[in-house]
Amino acid sequence: MEISDILTSLPVKEPKKLSIISFSGDFDKLVATFTLATGAAAIGYEVHIFFTFWGLDAIKQKQGRAFVGTGFLPKIFGFFMGGLRSAPVSRLNFLGLSPKIFRYLMRKKNVATLEELVEAAKILEVNMYACEMAMHILGLQKSDFIHEVKDVLGVATFLEISEGGRTLFI
Amino acid sequence: MTFVKTKIQLSKLQSGDILEVLLMEGEPLQNVPKSAREQGFKVLDVSHVEGQVHKVIIEK
Repeated sequence: MEISDILTSLPVKEPKKLSIISFSGDFDKLVATFTLATGAAAIGYEVHIFFTFWGLDAIKQKQGRAFVGTGFLPKIFGFFMGGLRSAPVSRLNFLGLSPKIFRYLMRKKNVATLEELVEAAKILEVNMYACEMAMHILGLQKSDFIHEVKDVLGVATFLEISEGGRTLFI
Repeated sequence: MTFVKTKIQLSKLQSGDILEVLLMEGEPLQNVPKSAREQGFKVLDVSHVEGQVHKVIIEK
């Protein structure tokens, strides 16, 4: 089933808007997030992705392990959260072996890689936001994220933005 | 995903330019021409190349 099948199968007429809360930061779930986001954007949906908690890892400027953040503890976590390349899968991670295996399989079957999906999202102008609360805890600033991140938001603004469309929690 | 890549390539073209898309039969073959038309592009031709590969010609 293609994304457009799922998105057009609802009987109710509603605005073509899709909002995704990207919380988990897992490799497999990020692939799902960006596949849905780009698939929807390609067929004319207005798409918003709200990155929070582990999800913030996917949109950091400094990809790779770096001591990002203010304060000792946030810096330690910043180091462990090494961006897209070190995202674990949500199950059977096998100490980091599984993402490597999945990346290899995806390349072999000519399926878009996570990095390609993120690039596609930027090109298709998917709106991306960072969660204010999570950023505050981890001592991050807007400048720590990729410049495509439109804004830093809280729950209230996110609910306003996602009003009338579909919201998914991944 | 095929239509995502198609859409991205189309966005780089000028109006009136032609894009040739090679795709697999099944979901991509069913969805790319349909989505292209829905998005306002002109589908000039859909043809079988060989095996599971088909060609769709789209005009922006």
